[in-house]
Amino acid sequence: MITVLNKCIGCGKCVPVCPFAAVQMIDKRAVINEACTLCGACVQVCPVDAIIIEREDPIHKDFSAYKGVWVFIELEHIHKKGKAAGTTIQPAAKKIRKVAYELLSEGRKLADTLNEELCAIVLTDKNTGYEKEIGAYGADKVYLVENSELEEYNTDVFSTVLVALINRHKPGIFLYPATIMGRDLAPRVAASIYVGLTADCTALSIKDGLLLQSRPAFGGNIMADILSPNSRPQMATVRPNVMKLSEPLGKAAVVIKEDIKIDKSIKRVKVIERKIVHDKLSAKIENSDVIVSGGRGMKDINKFKVLEQLASSLDGMVGASRGAVDMGFKEKSRQVGQSGTTVSPKLYVACGISGAVQHIVGMKSSDIIIAINKDPNAPIFNVAKYGIVGDVHEIVPKLIKAINKRVNSR
Amino acid sequence: MHIVVCVKQVPDSAEIKIDIETGTLIRAGVPSIINPYDHFALQKAIELKKAHKCKLTVISMGPPQAKSVVQLGLALGADDGILLSDRAFAGSDTWATSYIISKAIKKIGKIDIILCGMQAIDGDTAQVGPGIAQHLAMPQVTFCEDIKIDSKKIIVRKLIDDGYEIIEAKSPALFTMIMPKDFEPRYPAFLDIHNSLEKPYHQWSMCDIGAQEQYIGLKGSPTQVDRIYPPPKREKAEMISGGVSEAVEKIVDIFEKENFLKI
Repeated sequence: MITVLNKCIGCGKCVPVCPFAAVQMIDKRAVINEACTLCGACVQVCPVDAIIIEREDPIHKDFSAYKGVWVFIELEHIHKKGKAAGTTIQPAAKKIRKVAYELLSEGRKLADTLNEELCAIVLTDKNTGYEKEIGAYGADKVYLVENSELEEYNTDVFSTVLVALINRHKPGIFLYPATIMGRDLAPRVAASIYVGLTADCTALSIKDGLLLQSRPAFGGNIMADILSPNSRPQMATVRPNVMKLSEPLGKAAVVIKEDIKIDKSIKRVKVIERKIVHDKLSAKIENSDVIVSGGRGMKDINKFKVLEQLASSLDGMVGASRGAVDMGFKEKSRQVGQSGTTVSPKLYVACGISGAVQHIVGMKSSDIIIAINKDPNAPIFNVAKYGIVGDVHEIVPKLIKAINKRVNSR
Repeated sequence: MHIVVCVKQVPDSAEIKIDIETGTLIRAGVPSIINPYDHFALQKAIELKKAHKCKLTVISMGPPQAKSVVQLGLALGADDGILLSDRAFAGSDTWATSYIISKAIKKIGKIDIILCGMQAIDGDTAQVGPGIAQHLAMPQVTFCEDIKIDSKKIIVRKLIDDGYEIIEAKSPALFTMIMPKDFEPRYPAFLDIHNSLEKPYHQWSMCDIGAQEQYIGLKGSPTQVDRIYPPPKREKAEMISGGVSEAVEKIVDIFEKENFLKI
């Protein structure tokens, strides 16, 4: 229940902060309409504490048995090279996705804060020594379910196995990658066992013993901190390429083999064909250490091409803002930002990108950001480490020349 | 066959701007639209209805004004429309929302296909579709670009990281749809809007669908919003001054120092 108390002074501060336009000023008093989602944005800004959200007292459940931070380890197929675009490919082997190491690195910090164990969950048909790589990024244990039915991802099978593991071992926190697989799996598990799940988190921390989950909403225009105080495990999907990798350690995690029976009949959908589009263009921008990105300021597709040279002289890849993609300068797969890909390279060079919020959320965790823009007030300079105000069409060609000169003189 | 398509009314995020001074959203005058992914799912459902003579129900949950997205569905070709609206639903997170929608779908009766957009542009969670499927114990395929019915089988094209999969499912099943790049939303003609006013439309409350109070609204939601705030501001960049040649040399110095130059 949300209530506006009589002490409302009609200052109107709560009206513009409402993300849902649910607050109106009627007779110098805040009135909250049906569009309210009880998000609490208005409560935070009220100078006289006149708006209150009443939540009934949580039933005090005993969660003392729920301990440990779990990370779901997503495996990906390694496809044989040399196949032409569009052909059906039989997977050769599987490897751990980079995002799993990011989650382990972050999970380690949470586990240390709580003084609990970090456990990795691996569902596979065949373990190929994953405990070494998993241990290197800080996991204490691997709960391993090895079964021929786990060769391919299947929602029914994977969610059933995870629910069984959760019921058996009672973790306090369970993190999943916010990938196509993780975003298919985690909500299924959450619905099944009635626990909270926060999507696409970009920061995690511990607040009063609870997992504080931060995520952008409204296309990155606002941030929200979410808690799941009354259910365990506290579950979140975490956006890839946001959490920093820790330095690998030389230790392996302890493998705990889990015996879980899987009945074939629970698989209710069947993959009848898988096509991998394999070409040079499909090299993934999120895996590149150096990204040179262009925006609308590159003016046209031909002028945009100079960025290819700059990227190549730095061994990097070319990215683009949404504006540049909309204007056809670059393909959609290279779009950096909210509706494209989130990246966190070692070096990000932003050329002629003004820095809309939607772009910034997708690249702000890059190690070094260098921005070149003619407008000294462009928001991109608020996230860049180094900035140059000037004409990108003059600066970039000179930069390429200077790089080549320096490399050749070495 | 009976298809249900789930749609949500959302603020048009392309129109939302942020107030640099206060860091708050400028919401004034931002129009409400049908979530674009749901619009695609709706059009796909209408295609299936026309090709296979299915019955099509459009369902939404939201405040009374969300009736407009249900009516859009009716005007575009759905046979009946349902709005789930009740003050008791306010504050529902993705768990509670999927529970409420699943209760409503159970009330509708025997369903063969449920279509949802892959996510809504205001929350970006992609959690309600799979949640509905779980509550109804139905299989799901998420992030589908296309859907076809081939006699008794449902064939979908699902997006994966570096390509796509063709997946076969039997009804009943739930699918979430991701729109292809060339998707062009259709809007109804005046006459279709006029005729749609004659179609069956229902507004259902908590009691109508038999939802249990303990699982809905703020109280029934396992996640709680602790705080909403503008994205943190960062320190301003170190501006590299001087002429172009000088600035360029300084950048190359940085590249050299940080080992970005090829050896």
